[in-house]
Amino acid sequence: MTEIVATNETILVVGGGISGMTAALEAAETGKQVILVEKRAYVGGRISQLYKYFPKLCFPTCGLEINQRRSKMNPNLTILTMAEVTDISGEAGAYTASIKISPRYVNENCTGCGDCAKAVELEVSDDFNYGMNTHKAAYLPHKMAHPQRYVLDPAIIGTDDAEKAKAACKYNAVDLDMQEENIELKAGAVVWATGWQPYDANKIQPYGYDRMANVITNVEFERMMDPTGPTGGKLLRPSDGKEAKDVAFIQCAGSRDKNHLLHCSRICCMASLKQSTYVTEAWGDDASSTIYYIDIRAIDRFEDFYKKVQADENVKFIKSKVASIVENKENGNPTLHGVDTEGYHRYATEHELVVLAVGMQPSVDKDAFPIDITINEEGFIEPSSENGGVFAAGSASDALDVNRAVQHATGAALRAVQVVNRVARAEG
Amino acid sequence: MADIKIGAYICKGCGLQDRLDISQLEMTATRDGKAVFAKTHDMLCSQEGVDMIKADLQGGDDAAANRVMIAACSRRAKVEAFAFGNTPTIRANLREGVIWVRPDEDEHKETTQEMADDYIRMGCAEAKAQEPAEASAEQQLDKHILVVGGGYTGLTAAIEAEAAGYPVTIVEKAAQLGGMTAQLYKKIPSCSPYADPQDTGIDAMIKSVEDNANITVHLNSTLTRTSGAPGRFAADISTESGSTTTENFGAIVQASGQKLYDPSGLSQYAYSGNADVITNLEMEALAKAADGGPIKRPSDGKEVKSVAFVQNVGQCSDEEDQLSYHSGWGDVVAIKQAMYFKDLNGSDCDTTIMFDNLRTPGAGGEDFYRSGQRKGITFTKADITEVIAGNELEVKFKDQILDNDTSMQCDLVVLDVGTLPNSGPDPYAPAAEEDEVVVNVDSILNLDYRQGTDLPHLKHGFTDSHFICFPYETRRTGIYAAGPVRRPMDLAQARDDAAGAAMKAIQEAENAGKGMAAHPRVGDLSFPSFRKEGCTQCKRCTVECPFGAINEDEEGYPVYNESRCRRCGTCMGACPVRVISFKNYSVETVGQQIKNVDVPDEFDEKPRILVLACENDAYPALDMAAMNGTEITPWARVIPVRCLGSISLSWVTDSMNNGYDGVVLMGCRRDDDYQCHFVKGSAMAAERMSKVGDTLSTLNLEPERVVIHEVAITDIQRAPQLINDMAETVDKIGMSPFKF
Repeated sequence: MTEIVATNETILVVGGGISGMTAALEAAETGKQVILVEKRAYVGGRISQLYKYFPKLCFPTCGLEINQRRSKMNPNLTILTMAEVTDISGEAGAYTASIKISPRYVNENCTGCGDCAKAVELEVSDDFNYGMNTHKAAYLPHKMAHPQRYVLDPAIIGTDDAEKAKAACKYNAVDLDMQEENIELKAGAVVWATGWQPYDANKIQPYGYDRMANVITNVEFERMMDPTGPTGGKLLRPSDGKEAKDVAFIQCAGSRDKNHLLHCSRICCMASLKQSTYVTEAWGDDASSTIYYIDIRAIDRFEDFYKKVQADENVKFIKSKVASIVENKENGNPTLHGVDTEGYHRYATEHELVVLAVGMQPSVDKDAFPIDITINEEGFIEPSSENGGVFAAGSASDALDVNRAVQHATGAALRAVQVVNRVARAEG
Repeated sequence: MADIKIGAYICKGCGLQDRLDISQLEMTATRDGKAVFAKTHDMLCSQEGVDMIKADLQGGDDAAANRVMIAACSRRAKVEAFAFGNTPTIRANLREGVIWVRPDEDEHKETTQEMADDYIRMGCAEAKAQEPAEASAEQQLDKHILVVGGGYTGLTAAIEAEAAGYPVTIVEKAAQLGGMTAQLYKKIPSCSPYADPQDTGIDAMIKSVEDNANITVHLNSTLTRTSGAPGRFAADISTESGSTTTENFGAIVQASGQKLYDPSGLSQYAYSGNADVITNLEMEALAKAADGGPIKRPSDGKEVKSVAFVQNVGQCSDEEDQLSYHSGWGDVVAIKQAMYFKDLNGSDCDTTIMFDNLRTPGAGGEDFYRSGQRKGITFTKADITEVIAGNELEVKFKDQILDNDTSMQCDLVVLDVGTLPNSGPDPYAPAAEEDEVVVNVDSILNLDYRQGTDLPHLKHGFTDSHFICFPYETRRTGIYAAGPVRRPMDLAQARDDAAGAAMKAIQEAENAGKGMAAHPRVGDLSFPSFRKEGCTQCKRCTVECPFGAINEDEEGYPVYNESRCRRCGTCMGACPVRVISFKNYSVETVGQQIKNVDVPDEFDEKPRILVLACENDAYPALDMAAMNGTEITPWARVIPVRCLGSISLSWVTDSMNNGYDGVVLMGCRRDDDYQCHFVKGSAMAAERMSKVGDTLSTLNLEPERVVIHEVAITDIQRAPQLINDMAETVDKIGMSPFKF
């Protein structure tokens, strides 16, 4: 049974992505007791799945290492993985949260030695790589996963494979009888940092994501370009493994669209500009990137990066919302149809690979939020005094890039600290 | 102080027992490492293993051990298990560092064991050279927060910090609070529905600050001197009339705001001399002056029937004297102001926004844009040619959609000008050329720091800030910039930013009070000190400290201001006479590891390669390579360092003198897009090492024996390769002649 000490001076942070980690660490480093609840088996969230950050083209794992190190070193912070908040009751300064912890089937004895993975045979879809490959059913989600503890996929429970994993472990870390746990925690304030998910590209029917192998999403492209990703960092298209040198990026795939996401997801323009540099980096002068856009939203100082990409002769910009994509059956190339609005020219252009710049769908469940809270039309949590001691952080509040998510989460941490400090003063 | 008693703990788990001669390791720890005992455990990280160590540390001066040397997995693994408070705890990396990078074959057994033995010697040597870190109590807890600037950001920071229980003092240069926000008619909506302009709420904020007994306001005041460090800042607050009071603060928020770009120099917009061509800020005054009635144009008071909003004036431009960046809010502000006309002058008032890339990001931005469309605002993608003055103004432009040159007549033109940060002079600005006109900028903080009066700039004059992961980290510890001085932002973002900066300020006040380091080594109690009798007053440490932490006293000796220090060790690396040290990190803690590696004589043909790797990037990359089973030459001995900037040249020369055959330094990228967490550490190291070739020449050694590489955390294949390359180099040029 998971035992955790929590009081009305504890801050509960829901979501362990960059925003949740930031809020949790900033509060913990101010001396507050913090419990971080993360649904995945590891912290870091979506940033751990990115290859590079714009505009510096540096590596997200670099900052992740610092944050994970901060987490490991800080005794004020408790991290619960594979855990979800199912209910919150009470009021600012006195909440009770119900938390469901799913079985990992590996306990904290795990040393990360990897013997269980060697023993099992079943391969399951690799969620970390958005299902582009498979991994063993006993696995470490990624090389830097924190906690550094293996996970057994529920699919092998009850099979011989599970027994093999158990037998392979010298440290009694594999616990096949582990059950779902439900615990209750007290908290004075709650920081809600559940982040976002890529908009479901299947819903954008004219783009044929579900029908054409060579139409992929921007988040998948990040994994593809990562040296630890499914293609070992090689830009190969899914249909035939051929080198993809002519890549199209379709902006606002699902964003700024009344049929899909109403909002502008803010990051996708910069992400595609960034990804065009991957194409150039891979193929040099043989590279060709075409960005189909409505507006390029390079906000404030990102303008420098936009200019840098514009200066790359291998990158073209076409102001157009692509109408549809049709596959050329002979070579597997997707053909983009639409109108270039600058001068109103129709086009039907083939590319070797198409990347849909899908938007950010907030991971805030409007219909099943565990407590009364103000959520706007787009599904983001609004700043409102009616939210009591529950504060959104990062992309739960709006479509934000990493820098702004961290900024927002740091502020959210303060608002949580204000509540627990009030409790502390009242309790003397 | 009690004698040093090293307890050596050797784990047999994760295959270590199968691959290594554990009893040999025990002997190495006690015989060579001078550990008082060596214990083994099948699984040292288990509760039982950890309890065994803890029991040995009980009993104060009589405890069995007061230093812990754990030979097991990487220092990045099982950190929580192997945490023993203030007891120096060293990790010898036998798993990721040895058995996972060496093939499991008999022919390699000997060299693999030698690697492990060396890491045990190194671990014990480091344990011996470390001392428990203790806070010096140089500063006390001072919860008082200073906020510089009384505009929207400063007021927000003050209100938020006070709400957390921290008293605040606001210093505002002007005669009243409110800053630029007080000049606004209305603001962009900051909460749902994002449909109409909203009241700024600034009057209520000012009132709540004025009514709050824990917030003190100094108007008409500036900082004429700021000295000290987090936890003990002293600020001279001087009024216009010349009186000065000095107050102490724990931390500082700098919310000095922005100025807007002056379009007078851009003749194509006909701004100069035309009352009816105005800036977006002047538009606010015009809307305020209308007092709820129709907006009238400045020249003749005629009610405005048509207005053109010309976007991106003097911004997003490559032209000299214009801004290369964008305000981020210009298009949303134009929509807001177009709505003023729709609301005050009637829905038939023609409002046209001539944009390039319409930037209305997020949920609020896009909702507001749609609301503008519903209200009948015209959006034209336009490339402006010129504005022609006259009773009726004419805006000539190329319509980007219709692809033709055209023009529009209107009563009023509003120019979307961008923002400039109201920052102080950059301490690191390159010296002006002789014929260059220098514009003197007033200092905001007047820091009495060795390294300049104000926060360093990052880009375009905006204050220092980590670009992505850690937006509040500046090179001046305990001083946090917020609002448009840090990067262009609107009010909603400034609100969040002020709260974030206030959070960092109260955090730093608390941690400084405990003698703990700030980010990224939060909790570290050590601080640099120097041996005065050895110091030559060369001032390199004071110059090279990336954080401006070190001042000089009257005689030219360094003064450390420990709570300004981030514990990177760049000063230690800079010191040519090796007198600077931290209790838990010093020339000795690494130097002794280097000296305690067993260097076989020339005839053994077993070279030794010293690898000094940044602990945040290169070292994890090597760990991950090990998880992949990537081989590393058995000649390598890897030592993690806090930052390449902390590397003492003596480590390199000593290793050469001790018969090492090669040295590989691995640090972070160091150009403008630097990835060094201590900003300049990696760059400093590279500069110092550029001269190491001369030293090698004087020793008659080949310069290729010492290399420095930029290594990223993602270099999982490349990092081991770079080490193996050195082994090849040594193979080619031969062993060092300095073997004994």
